[in-house]
Amino acid sequence: MSLQAFLLLAAALFAVGLYGALSQQSVVMLMMGLELMINGILVAAGAFWHYVAPGAADGQVLLLVALTVMALEMAAGFAVVTALYRAREVDTTDDAGDLKG
Amino acid sequence: MQVVAFWALAVAAVGFGAAVFAVNSMARATFALLASFLCAGGELLLLGLAYPGVLTILMMIMEMLVMAVFMIMYMMDPGGLMPMSMVHGRRGALAIAAGVFAALAAGIVLTPWPHRQGAPPRDPAFALGEAVMGPKMPVMMVAGVAILATMIASVVLATGRGRYGGAE
Repeated sequence: MSLQAFLLLAAALFAVGLYGALSQQSVVMLMMGLELMINGILVAAGAFWHYVAPGAADGQVLLLVALTVMALEMAAGFAVVTALYRAREVDTTDDAGDLKG
Repeated sequence: MQVVAFWALAVAAVGFGAAVFAVNSMARATFALLASFLCAGGELLLLGLAYPGVLTILMMIMEMLVMAVFMIMYMMDPGGLMPMSMVHGRRGALAIAAGVFAALAAGIVLTPWPHRQGAPPRDPAFALGEAVMGPKMPVMMVAGVAILATMIASVVLATGRGRYGGAE
Protein backbone atom coordinates (compact mmCIF):
# COMPACT_ATOMS: atom_id res chain seq x y z
CA MET A 1 0.00 0.00 0.00
CA SER A 2 1.25 3.45 -0.82
CA LEU A 3 -0.07 6.96 -1.29
CA GLN A 4 -0.12 6.39 -5.05
CA ALA A 5 -2.30 3.28 -4.75
CA PHE A 6 -4.85 5.10 -2.61
CA LEU A 7 -4.85 8.11 -4.92
CA LEU A 8 -5.34 5.86 -7.96
CA LEU A 9 -8.37 4.33 -6.24
CA ALA A 10 -9.68 7.84 -5.54
CA ALA A 11 -9.10 8.85 -9.17
CA ALA A 12 -10.93 5.75 -10.40
CA LEU A 13 -13.93 6.48 -8.15
CA PHE A 14 -13.90 10.11 -9.28
CA ALA A 15 -13.79 9.13 -12.97
CA VAL A 16 -16.63 6.60 -12.63
CA GLY A 17 -18.70 9.24 -10.84
CA LEU A 18 -17.90 11.79 -13.53
CA TYR A 19 -19.05 9.37 -16.20
CA GLY A 20 -22.33 8.91 -14.34
CA ALA A 21 -22.86 12.61 -13.74
CA LEU A 22 -22.32 13.35 -17.42
CA SER A 23 -24.25 10.49 -18.94
CA GLN A 24 -27.32 9.90 -16.77
CA GLN A 25 -30.64 11.33 -17.88
CA SER A 26 -32.38 11.15 -14.54
CA VAL A 27 -31.51 13.98 -12.16
CA VAL A 28 -31.37 11.63 -9.18
CA MET A 29 -28.95 9.30 -10.99
CA LEU A 30 -26.84 12.36 -11.79
CA MET A 31 -26.63 13.01 -8.05
CA MET A 32 -25.45 9.43 -7.50
CA GLY A 33 -22.58 10.29 -9.84
CA LEU A 34 -21.75 13.38 -7.78
CA GLU A 35 -21.79 11.29 -4.58
CA LEU A 36 -19.38 8.83 -6.13
CA MET A 37 -17.04 11.69 -7.04
CA ILE A 38 -17.08 12.91 -3.41
CA ASN A 39 -16.45 9.31 -2.34
CA GLY A 40 -13.16 9.51 -4.23
CA ILE A 41 -12.33 12.74 -2.41
CA LEU A 42 -12.94 11.02 0.94
CA VAL A 43 -10.44 8.28 0.11
CA ALA A 44 -7.89 10.82 -1.17
CA ALA A 45 -8.22 12.99 1.97
CA GLY A 46 -7.73 9.96 4.23
CA ALA A 47 -4.69 8.85 2.24
CA PHE A 48 -3.14 12.32 2.39
CA TRP A 49 -3.64 12.42 6.13
CA HIS A 50 -2.00 9.03 6.62
CA TYR A 51 0.88 9.30 4.18
CA VAL A 52 1.76 13.02 4.17
CA ALA A 53 0.92 14.72 7.45
CA PRO A 54 -0.44 12.34 10.09
CA GLY A 55 0.80 14.64 12.84
CA ALA A 56 -1.70 17.39 11.99
CA ALA A 57 -5.47 16.91 12.09
CA ASP A 58 -6.08 18.88 8.87
CA GLY A 59 -6.69 15.79 6.73
CA GLN A 60 -9.28 14.48 9.17
CA VAL A 61 -11.04 17.85 9.28
CA LEU A 62 -11.16 17.85 5.46
CA LEU A 63 -12.73 14.39 5.61
CA LEU A 64 -15.36 15.64 8.03
CA VAL A 65 -16.16 18.60 5.75
CA ALA A 66 -16.40 16.35 2.67
CA LEU A 67 -18.80 14.02 4.50
CA THR A 68 -20.96 16.97 5.56
CA VAL A 69 -20.96 18.41 2.06
CA MET A 70 -22.03 15.05 0.66
CA ALA A 71 -25.05 14.84 2.94
CA LEU A 72 -26.00 18.47 2.28
CA GLU A 73 -25.64 18.01 -1.46
CA MET A 74 -28.01 15.08 -1.39
CA ALA A 75 -30.60 16.88 0.75
CA ALA A 76 -30.53 20.07 -1.33
CA GLY A 77 -30.48 18.08 -4.59
CA PHE A 78 -33.57 16.06 -3.70
CA ALA A 79 -35.35 19.22 -2.60
CA VAL A 80 -34.62 20.81 -5.98
CA VAL A 81 -35.77 17.66 -7.80
CA THR A 82 -38.98 17.66 -5.78
CA ALA A 83 -39.58 21.36 -6.50
CA LEU A 84 -38.87 20.82 -10.19
CA TYR A 85 -41.17 17.83 -10.38
CA ARG A 86 -43.93 19.66 -8.52
CA ALA A 87 -43.71 22.67 -10.82
CA ARG A 88 -43.25 20.96 -14.19
CA GLU A 89 -43.48 17.16 -13.79
CA VAL A 90 -39.92 16.91 -15.03
CA ASP A 91 -37.34 14.46 -13.73
CA THR A 92 -34.76 14.28 -16.50
CA THR A 93 -31.91 16.64 -17.21
CA ASP A 94 -32.89 17.02 -20.87
CA ASP A 95 -36.27 18.50 -19.95
CA ALA A 96 -34.71 20.95 -17.53
CA GLY A 97 -32.26 22.56 -19.92
CA ASP A 98 -33.71 26.09 -19.88
CA LEU A 99 -30.40 27.70 -19.11
CA LYS A 100 -28.45 25.66 -21.64
CA GLY A 101 -26.26 27.91 -23.74
CA MET B 1 -2.90 -9.03 4.85
CA GLN B 2 -3.49 -5.28 4.73
CA VAL B 3 -2.36 -5.14 1.12
CA VAL B 4 -4.80 -7.88 0.17
CA ALA B 5 -7.59 -6.08 2.03
CA PHE B 6 -6.71 -2.81 0.32
CA TRP B 7 -6.85 -4.25 -3.20
CA ALA B 8 -9.98 -6.30 -2.51
CA LEU B 9 -11.78 -3.24 -1.13
CA ALA B 10 -10.44 -1.03 -3.94
CA VAL B 11 -11.61 -3.36 -6.69
CA ALA B 12 -14.97 -3.78 -4.94
CA ALA B 13 -15.39 -0.03 -4.45
CA VAL B 14 -14.76 0.77 -8.10
CA GLY B 15 -16.73 -2.28 -9.28
CA PHE B 16 -19.81 -1.37 -7.25
CA GLY B 17 -19.36 2.24 -8.37
CA ALA B 18 -19.47 1.16 -11.99
CA ALA B 19 -22.43 -1.10 -11.22
CA VAL B 20 -24.41 1.99 -10.12
CA PHE B 21 -24.61 3.04 -13.75
CA ALA B 22 -24.80 -0.46 -15.22
CA VAL B 23 -27.72 -2.06 -13.35
CA ASN B 24 -31.12 -1.41 -14.85
CA SER B 25 -33.00 -0.52 -11.69
CA MET B 26 -32.54 2.66 -9.74
CA ALA B 27 -33.20 0.86 -6.44
CA ARG B 28 -30.42 -1.59 -7.23
CA ALA B 29 -28.19 1.33 -8.21
CA THR B 30 -28.72 2.86 -4.75
CA PHE B 31 -27.56 -0.30 -3.02
CA ALA B 32 -24.59 -0.63 -5.37
CA LEU B 33 -23.61 2.90 -4.35
CA LEU B 34 -24.04 1.92 -0.69
CA ALA B 35 -21.69 -1.04 -1.23
CA SER B 36 -19.16 1.26 -2.86
CA PHE B 37 -19.32 3.63 0.13
CA LEU B 38 -18.92 0.74 2.58
CA CYS B 39 -15.75 -0.31 0.74
CA ALA B 40 -14.45 3.28 0.86
CA GLY B 41 -15.22 3.34 4.60
CA GLY B 42 -13.21 0.12 4.92
CA GLU B 43 -10.29 1.79 3.16
CA LEU B 44 -10.42 4.63 5.71
CA LEU B 45 -10.32 2.03 8.50
CA LEU B 46 -7.22 0.53 6.86
CA LEU B 47 -5.60 3.97 7.02
CA GLY B 48 -6.04 3.98 10.78
CA LEU B 49 -8.92 6.45 10.67
CA ALA B 50 -11.33 4.60 12.93
CA TYR B 51 -13.73 7.48 13.56
CA PRO B 52 -14.11 8.82 9.98
CA GLY B 53 -14.28 5.25 8.68
CA VAL B 54 -17.09 4.20 10.99
CA LEU B 55 -18.78 7.58 10.46
CA THR B 56 -18.71 7.03 6.69
CA ILE B 57 -20.15 3.54 7.02
CA LEU B 58 -22.97 4.50 9.42
CA MET B 59 -23.81 7.77 7.66
CA MET B 60 -23.90 6.18 4.23
CA ILE B 61 -26.15 3.34 5.37
CA MET B 62 -28.65 5.94 6.61
CA GLU B 63 -28.21 8.19 3.59
CA MET B 64 -28.64 5.43 1.04
CA LEU B 65 -31.75 4.09 2.79
CA VAL B 66 -33.27 7.58 2.53
CA MET B 67 -32.01 7.80 -1.04
CA ALA B 68 -33.66 4.46 -1.91
CA VAL B 69 -37.05 6.00 -1.07
CA PHE B 70 -36.37 8.91 -3.42
CA MET B 71 -35.03 6.58 -6.08
CA ILE B 72 -38.24 4.59 -6.03
CA MET B 73 -40.23 7.85 -6.16
CA TYR B 74 -38.41 9.05 -9.26
CA MET B 75 -37.72 5.69 -10.84
CA MET B 76 -37.77 5.91 -14.62
CA ASP B 77 -38.23 2.21 -15.04
CA PRO B 78 -40.45 0.88 -12.23
CA GLY B 79 -39.90 -2.79 -11.54
CA GLY B 80 -37.97 -3.28 -14.76
CA LEU B 81 -41.26 -3.49 -16.65
CA MET B 82 -40.27 -0.91 -19.22
CA PRO B 83 -36.64 -1.47 -20.27
CA MET B 84 -35.24 1.79 -21.51
CA SER B 85 -31.97 3.59 -21.88
CA MET B 86 -31.31 5.99 -19.02
CA VAL B 87 -28.23 7.60 -20.55
CA HIS B 88 -27.47 10.31 -23.06
CA GLY B 89 -24.20 11.30 -24.66
CA ARG B 90 -22.72 8.00 -23.53
CA ARG B 91 -19.68 7.97 -25.78
CA GLY B 92 -18.65 11.55 -24.96
CA ALA B 93 -19.13 10.95 -21.23
CA LEU B 94 -17.01 7.79 -21.40
CA ALA B 95 -14.28 9.64 -23.29
CA ILE B 96 -14.24 12.54 -20.82
CA ALA B 97 -14.21 10.20 -17.80
CA ALA B 98 -11.40 8.10 -19.29
CA GLY B 99 -9.44 11.26 -20.13
CA VAL B 100 -9.87 12.64 -16.60
CA PHE B 101 -8.76 9.33 -15.09
CA ALA B 102 -5.72 9.19 -17.37
CA ALA B 103 -4.75 12.77 -16.49
CA LEU B 104 -5.22 12.17 -12.74
CA ALA B 105 -3.31 8.88 -12.88
CA ALA B 106 -0.43 10.53 -14.76
CA GLY B 107 -0.32 13.28 -12.13
CA ILE B 108 -0.43 10.75 -9.29
CA VAL B 109 2.39 8.65 -10.71
CA LEU B 110 4.62 11.50 -11.85
CA THR B 111 4.30 13.91 -8.91
CA PRO B 112 7.13 13.71 -6.36
CA TRP B 113 4.96 13.46 -3.25
CA PRO B 114 6.38 14.89 -0.02
CA HIS B 115 7.76 12.53 2.59
CA ARG B 116 5.74 11.72 5.63
CA GLN B 117 6.00 14.33 8.35
CA GLY B 118 5.22 13.47 11.93
CA ALA B 119 3.64 10.32 13.28
CA PRO B 120 -0.04 9.51 13.71
CA PRO B 121 -1.32 10.45 17.17
CA ARG B 122 -2.08 7.60 19.52
CA ASP B 123 -5.80 8.32 19.21
CA PRO B 124 -6.64 10.07 15.89
CA ALA B 125 -10.27 10.56 16.93
CA PHE B 126 -9.14 12.44 20.04
CA ALA B 127 -6.83 14.62 17.92
CA LEU B 128 -9.71 15.37 15.55
CA GLY B 129 -11.97 16.31 18.44
CA GLU B 130 -9.34 18.60 19.89
CA ALA B 131 -8.80 20.22 16.48
CA VAL B 132 -12.47 20.96 15.78
CA MET B 133 -12.98 22.28 19.29
CA GLY B 134 -9.77 24.32 19.11
CA PRO B 135 -7.91 25.81 16.15
CA LYS B 136 -10.33 24.35 13.56
CA MET B 137 -13.48 25.57 15.26
CA PRO B 138 -14.48 27.97 12.43
CA VAL B 139 -14.77 24.93 10.14
CA MET B 140 -17.30 23.32 12.45
CA MET B 141 -19.18 26.59 12.91
CA VAL B 142 -19.50 27.08 9.16
CA ALA B 143 -20.55 23.46 8.74
CA GLY B 144 -23.21 23.89 11.42
CA VAL B 145 -24.66 27.01 9.79
CA ALA B 146 -24.53 25.30 6.38
CA ILE B 147 -26.49 22.33 7.76
CA LEU B 148 -29.12 24.65 9.23
CA ALA B 149 -29.35 26.62 5.97
CA THR B 150 -29.74 23.41 3.98
CA MET B 151 -32.48 22.17 6.31
CA ILE B 152 -34.45 25.38 5.88
CA ALA B 153 -33.80 25.63 2.13
CA SER B 154 -34.77 22.03 1.42
CA VAL B 155 -38.01 22.29 3.40
CA VAL B 156 -38.90 25.57 1.64
CA LEU B 157 -38.12 24.06 -1.77
CA ALA B 158 -39.90 20.78 -1.19
CA THR B 159 -43.17 22.06 0.27
CA GLY B 160 -45.98 22.69 -2.16
CA ARG B 161 -47.24 25.82 -0.47
CA GLY B 162 -45.16 28.95 -0.66
CA ARG B 163 -44.23 31.43 1.98
CA TYR B 164 -47.78 32.82 2.29
CA GLY B 165 -49.51 29.47 2.74
CA GLY B 166 -51.81 28.02 0.12
CA ALA B 167 -53.02 31.40 -1.18
CA GLU B 168 -51.50 31.51 -4.64
